[in-house]
Amino acid sequence: MLAYIVRRLGVAIGLLFVISAVAFAIFFYVPRLAGATADDLASRYVGKSAGTEQIHQAAVKLGFTDPVYVQYARFAKGVVMGSDYDTGPSVVHCPAPCLGYSFITQNPVWPDLVAAMPVTLSLALGAAVLWVLGGVATGVLSAIRRGSFFDRAAMGVALTGVSLPIFFTGLLSLSVFSYALHWTAPGGTNPMDAKNPAGWAYALILPWTTLAFLNAAAYARLTRAGMLETMNEDYIRTARAKGLPERTVVIKHGLRASLTPILTIFGLDLGLLLGGAILTESTFSLPGIGRYAVIAINNNDLPKVLGVTIVGAFFIVTASLIVDLLYAVVDPRVRIK
Amino acid sequence: MTRPFLEVRDLRVHFPTDDGLVKSVDGLSFTLERGKTLGIVGESGSGKSVTSLSIMGLHPPKSAKISGQVLLDGDDLVAASAEHVRGLRGKRMAMIFQDPLSAMHPFYTVGKQIMEAYRIHNKVSKGVARKHAIDLLDRVGIPQPDSRVDDYPHQFSGGMRQRAMIAMALSCDPDLLIADEPTTALDVTVQAQILDLIRDLQQEFNSAVILITHDLGVVAELADDILVMYAGRSAEYAHAAEIFNAPQHPYTWGLLGSMPRLDRERTERLMPIKGTPPSLINVPSGCPFHPRCAYEALNGGASQKERPEFRDIGGGHYIACHLSTEARQQVWESEIRPNL
Repeated sequence: MLAYIVRRLGVAIGLLFVISAVAFAIFFYVPRLAGATADDLASRYVGKSAGTEQIHQAAVKLGFTDPVYVQYARFAKGVVMGSDYDTGPSVVHCPAPCLGYSFITQNPVWPDLVAAMPVTLSLALGAAVLWVLGGVATGVLSAIRRGSFFDRAAMGVALTGVSLPIFFTGLLSLSVFSYALHWTAPGGTNPMDAKNPAGWAYALILPWTTLAFLNAAAYARLTRAGMLETMNEDYIRTARAKGLPERTVVIKHGLRASLTPILTIFGLDLGLLLGGAILTESTFSLPGIGRYAVIAINNNDLPKVLGVTIVGAFFIVTASLIVDLLYAVVDPRVRIK
Repeated sequence: MTRPFLEVRDLRVHFPTDDGLVKSVDGLSFTLERGKTLGIVGESGSGKSVTSLSIMGLHPPKSAKISGQVLLDGDDLVAASAEHVRGLRGKRMAMIFQDPLSAMHPFYTVGKQIMEAYRIHNKVSKGVARKHAIDLLDRVGIPQPDSRVDDYPHQFSGGMRQRAMIAMALSCDPDLLIADEPTTALDVTVQAQILDLIRDLQQEFNSAVILITHDLGVVAELADDILVMYAGRSAEYAHAAEIFNAPQHPYTWGLLGSMPRLDRERTERLMPIKGTPPSLINVPSGCPFHPRCAYEALNGGASQKERPEFRDIGGGHYIACHLSTEARQQVWESEIRPNL
C-alpha cells in the first residue's frame, strides 16, 4: 500500500510538471509559432512611447530571446528557489514559490493568489457541504420512492438546476433575496472582511446556495441512478432477509455501495472549484481566485493567468490523488494485496 | 391432529404489470414439519423462488398481491404486519441464496455481515457477536475462522462463501431454513460438501428446511418430501422415494426423463419435455401442462377445460392430473419406466 501511495505521488508530481510546461508553452511559445517575434512579446511590457531599440532591450532583459526551454527552466527554477525580475529602474526579488511577476500591477503573482485563496476556499467548501448533503439525500429519497410525486418533482427541479447557468440563477437570487428582500448580503461583500463567523456565513450564504443548487442537481440524479441499481442487488435482498430495518438496509447497505462513483465526481468537482469558481465569483463579485483570473485575462496579464492555471492544475491533480487513495479505503476490492 | 410447523394454504402471489397480471404462484398448499426437508422442484418460472420469497415476506408490498395463508407455528405471515414479519426474518426463518458472491455485501467483512445478522435480533456486545461469528464459521467448516472472519467476501472461494452464507443464516438458530438453489453456482465437488453441511446442520438444529432447486439430483440427496411445481401450482407431492420410484404426474415423468444418467447408453438421447414453460399471464386453460402433455388425449378433453384438483391418491401422494389411475398405471409401466 505504501509503495502504491509513493508511486501515485510520483505520478502526480510528474503530471504537475507536464501541465506547467504545457501551460508555459501555450503562453510563451505558441505566439512565437504564430509568427510573433521576441520583440512583439516584449512590446506589451514597455511604455507606448518606446522605440524599437528599447523594445528589443526589454526583450533581451525579459529573456524572450532565449530558447523557450531555457525560459521554462528559468520559470521552474523560480518556483522552487525564487527569482529576480529586472523591472528597468530596479530589480525586484520574487521569493519562492515564485509563480511569475506581473509587470502590469508590478508585484509577484503568488502573494495575490494566497490572498485570494481564503475566499475561494470558503466558497467551494461551504457549497460542497451543501450540495453533497442536499444532492445525496434527495437522490436517496427519490430512488426509494421511485415514481412518487416527490421523485418527479425533485427530478424536475434537478433537471432545471443542471440546465440553468449560474450567472442566471445567481443574478436572479441576488435581485430577489438581496436587493428586494434584503435577507442576504449584496454582491461584492468580501466574506474575509467579516469580524465573526456569522458575518462570514452571511456574506457567503447566497453564493453557497446558488453554486450548491447547480451541483446538487447533478448529484441528486447520480445518487438516484446509483441507488436504483444498488437496491436491486442480491446483497440488498440478503440484508432484508436478515431482518434489518428498512432504514439500515437503505443507508448502510444501499447508499454505502452507491457512494463510490459519487466520491470520484466529488473529488474532481471540488478540485476544479478550488482553482477558481470563475462564474460564481464573477456573478457575486467575490475576490477569489476565479475573479482574479478573469481580471488578469481582461488585462492581458499573462504571468497572472499562468499562475492561476498552475494553481488550478495543482488542486485538480491533488484532488484526484486523494480520490484514488480514498477509493482503496472505501472499496476493499481495490486494495492492493 | 397437531398443528404442522409450517403450513402454506392456497398461496397466491400475483404481480400486476403493464402486460397483464402475472400469476407467479396460484393456489399452492403444502405443510412441513420440524426436522424435515421439503424439496421444491420445477423449471424456471414455475414459482419456486417466488414462493420462498413470499414466505419470508420479501416481496415489495406495492408490486406483489399476496393472498392465502402462510402459517409459521400458527402465526399467519401473510396477514401479519411488515414489521412483525421483519422481526421473524433472520431469527425464526432464514434464507440461503443461489449466488453467494452477489448475495454478500462486497464492502463489509464476512464477520461483520454475520455479526450484523446476529446483533439485530440479540442484544449483545460486538465482542460477543464476533465470538459467535467465529464459532459459526468454525461450525460450517471454514479453516482458521479467527483470521478469516476479517476477510472480505471476494477473498473467499465460492464454496467458502456459501458456507459463510449458511453461517449467516444460522446465526440466530432459525426454525425454518429456506435454501434457494444453494448449490447451483458452485463446482460439482463443492456441491456435495454444501449439501452434506446443510444436512448435518439440520440434524443439529432440528430445523425445517425448504430446498428449492431445478436439480433432481440435489433433492434426491436431501429431501424427505418433494413438491413438483408447474406454472405456479402444485403438480405432484409425495415422499422422495415415491417421486423417484413411482411418479404419477406426466410432468414429473418428463423431469425424470430429461435427467442425464450414468447407467444409460451414451448414444441414447435425453428426453426433454417438448415445448416451453407457459406464460404466467395467459396460463393455459384447464390443466396448465396440457399443451406439453403427451397423454392429454387419453381423458376426453377434460385437461383443456377443467383445472385438475390436487388430490390424495393414497399414502400421502398427491397429484393434479385428469388421467385415470388405470391410464397412468398403463403409461408408466409400458412407456415411462422402461426408458428411465
